[in-house]
Amino acid sequence: MTANVLQKGVPLVEMRRISKSFSSVQVLSGVDFTLSRGEVLALLGENGAGKSTLMKILCGIHRPSSGEVFIDGESLTLGNTQAAQRAGVSVIHQEFNLIPTLTVRENLFLGQEEFVLKRLPVKQEKEKANAIFQRLGVSLNMESRVSSLTVAEQQLVEIGKALLLDSKVIVMDEPTAALSPQEVKGLFEVIRELQGQGISVIYISHRLDEIFEISDRITVLRDGTHVATKPTRELSRDQLIELMVGRTLEQEFPKRNVVIGENRLVANNLSRGRKVQDVSFLVKRGEIVALTGLIGAGRTEVARLLFGADHLESGKITLNGKSMRINSPRQAIAAGIGFLTEDRKTQGLVVNQSVLHNFGLPNLRKFSGAYGINHRQERNAFASFQKSMRIKLANPNQPAKTLSGGNQQKVVLAKWLERNSDVVIFDEPTRGIDVGARYDIYQLMNKLAADGKAILMISSELPEVLGMADRILVMHEGRLTGEITDVKNATQEQIMALAVQ
Amino acid sequence: MIKKLLNSDFIAHYGSVFVLLLLCSYYSYATYGEQHPISPSAGKVLGKRIAAEVGDGSVLIVIRNTAGDRTFAKAIETELKARSVSVFGTVAGSPAEIRKAIEQAGESGQKISAIATHQPGSLFGPLREGNINKLREKHSALSEVQVVFPKSYFWPSFLTRENIVNVVNQNADIAIIAIGMTMVIITAGIDLSVGSLLAISAVMTAISLESFGGADASVVTMIACGVLGILACAVCGLFNGVMVTFFRVPAFIVTLATLMIARGLALIMAVRYQASLSGGATEGTPEAISIQADAFNWLGNGVTLGIPNPIILMIVLYLSAHYLMSQTAFGRYVYAVGGNSEAARLSGVPVMGVLIAVYVICGTMAGIGGVVDASRFEGGRPNAGELYELQVIAAVVVGGTSLAGGEGKIFGTLIGAMIIAVIQNGLNMAGVKSYEQKVVFGGLILAAVILDQLKKRR
Repeated sequence: MTANVLQKGVPLVEMRRISKSFSSVQVLSGVDFTLSRGEVLALLGENGAGKSTLMKILCGIHRPSSGEVFIDGESLTLGNTQAAQRAGVSVIHQEFNLIPTLTVRENLFLGQEEFVLKRLPVKQEKEKANAIFQRLGVSLNMESRVSSLTVAEQQLVEIGKALLLDSKVIVMDEPTAALSPQEVKGLFEVIRELQGQGISVIYISHRLDEIFEISDRITVLRDGTHVATKPTRELSRDQLIELMVGRTLEQEFPKRNVVIGENRLVANNLSRGRKVQDVSFLVKRGEIVALTGLIGAGRTEVARLLFGADHLESGKITLNGKSMRINSPRQAIAAGIGFLTEDRKTQGLVVNQSVLHNFGLPNLRKFSGAYGINHRQERNAFASFQKSMRIKLANPNQPAKTLSGGNQQKVVLAKWLERNSDVVIFDEPTRGIDVGARYDIYQLMNKLAADGKAILMISSELPEVLGMADRILVMHEGRLTGEITDVKNATQEQIMALAVQ
Repeated sequence: MIKKLLNSDFIAHYGSVFVLLLLCSYYSYATYGEQHPISPSAGKVLGKRIAAEVGDGSVLIVIRNTAGDRTFAKAIETELKARSVSVFGTVAGSPAEIRKAIEQAGESGQKISAIATHQPGSLFGPLREGNINKLREKHSALSEVQVVFPKSYFWPSFLTRENIVNVVNQNADIAIIAIGMTMVIITAGIDLSVGSLLAISAVMTAISLESFGGADASVVTMIACGVLGILACAVCGLFNGVMVTFFRVPAFIVTLATLMIARGLALIMAVRYQASLSGGATEGTPEAISIQADAFNWLGNGVTLGIPNPIILMIVLYLSAHYLMSQTAFGRYVYAVGGNSEAARLSGVPVMGVLIAVYVICGTMAGIGGVVDASRFEGGRPNAGELYELQVIAAVVVGGTSLAGGEGKIFGTLIGAMIIAVIQNGLNMAGVKSYEQKVVFGGLILAAVILDQLKKRR
């Protein structure tokens, strides 16, 4: 796909026999890892496989229990972020390290000012920054505030920062999680540009399509060990999944056989400002309806209106044939709607509190008796979900923040399942979740549909939309622009055409 | 094993218990010394001893002229009478007065076989060995007299029942208000108005009690007036809560405003009331409105089963609050709102209702504190509770509640309040001046917060 720019000789990054344990838990054991100059290497593995730990060792956040790291043949001082940065390693985390109130230029040069009290060389800074962005083939206004930029633009600022530091390796952790398909394309162009200039990229993602598109080689980790490193073109999608999961999943999207019944949820002419304009649709018993479109098209806003999280300006919601007036999430929950939010950490969970308390939160009325909460009933209810959903945790009293993303999502799911809502809205249910856990979540969605629930699934991932939905709704700039009923024969291009209009 | 213990929930939540115990043991060590009991129970023991050991004459009791001494003398007298030993009389006063009284007793001719007193009394001039001998020779009635007083023993003066009860009792109002403050702080809020609300409650209670009952107010009237004062504070709490939720004014600002407004209102009420007493002849003064009904001081100064009533009230309120916070949905909601209000709202928690409720509870607790204050001082003091908000917040923070919200335990606050009380008591005993103590308390609060941060980093 791309011209092979692998060079012979010393690899750019070589990590030898890296082991790491956190208080008696072995996270990595003897992992070897190499990266050549100008290469895009995809680092794959389920959540908890040790990808992030390996990258944190590379960039000096963690010190390995044993092992060595060489960059350009030179030994790297371990456990020192500044040494790693000097050696040319930059990381772009999922949460950006940018200060939203400062401008692009100020962010780019933050921490690199040579004098604290001298006047800043604004002009030189601008020239330098413009040169960098020219190299990437993009243009950005240097003086706009970072808070006014889109996620994709902010990502470019991060990449620019890495280039300013003369980085040779850029680690990108789930860089496309919050990007629309078009923005992903733009990012890939930038990555190819970097590659052409001899800069290597370590690309961490759960989206297999992207990995096949952008990477030269793939390294797979499983349970803290190195499973395989192979050129991308020698691998098929199924082989890759098998390497990651360690077993064959019959298919990525489990099948279901559900009889679709009468209307469960009917939304008529929902409107709120410019974000949601005149949106009407319905979801039936046993049906999974996907709501897709570009990021910012108003999909989440529709869900928030249905759930009473935002004020509905006009429109009508009918649930099980009864017209509903929903003013708050509390009312929505009482009426039988559940909402798995897009962002687990800020909206789905009270992360400092225990898993059990998070699970109980919408269900306390059910668990409460005359003398307060029946703790045993609550624990038992959770234990049954923990077993059936294979939630991995040491103790239900541990804080929710200590769980991996997939397990956190399962906890959120469990609390709504316990609630037994008639309508469940999933907003990006598998974002940042590995293949194995995804499969579990898809199976749960199927089970809900089989139980006669109505499911509205918001997703940006088109393979997921095509694989799971009975019907697909597409939004663009606050309006519904199309509906695809024949999902079996639908294509990604067909959806994109509706999404960009 | 030790590691497991250190990581256990109990240590994480109530580790401050050990700080408190450590403090108590240090002060016990530091105040270890000879004790000279002057308590009623010591008087009873002494009476028993005199009845058993001393001859058939009557007994003269010699004390200083203080309230404590009088109860001591009373206890001796009662015990002696119960054992049918005749009591010649009780002499209270200066050494000179006592000398005169003893001379008179000697001249009266009635046989006196013992002079009962306490250790400080035994050091009075007339009771010293040489002087007593002279008296024995001088008066035949006194020829067999001996001076008896309760035995001294070694014990830490910090660790006496009297002192401990006193420390807790004096800080009961702070601890009660800290219950409400803990809930507010768990929701990531703050309530600066508690001190002023306490004054409002005290003044309201006093004025209404004077107006509706006066000196012979019935118990029902008293309760109604107390409830009125508490209700006034609950309304102020409601105001705080509404401002914080509906108008989205930061809690710090709202309650700062309430702090000033409520203090002003308390003073205005007191001044107007006093002006009305004189029929408008004077402008009135911002001084305490004294409560005539004597029975009203039962709450603040009374004792039930040997425990002062404010302490009993405090314990009851703490138990209820602990139940509320740990066993009910409301408690869970409070923690959830503080931990992540958006996630809580999307889980169906009535966030606004919970916030308003905690401010109302906080106001109510301040109101209860005000009634206790009015009862203890037998009057409504418009200046009561000044700077209480800081002491209360200090107790909550030292008790391990995070100002960032979402974390904290009700009993942690009780321990925090007691840690501060015990340190204060110890410093007082050591003769540290109150202005010097401020430095210590500032440092203490810092240390508590740093400890909390270190615990989190682990």
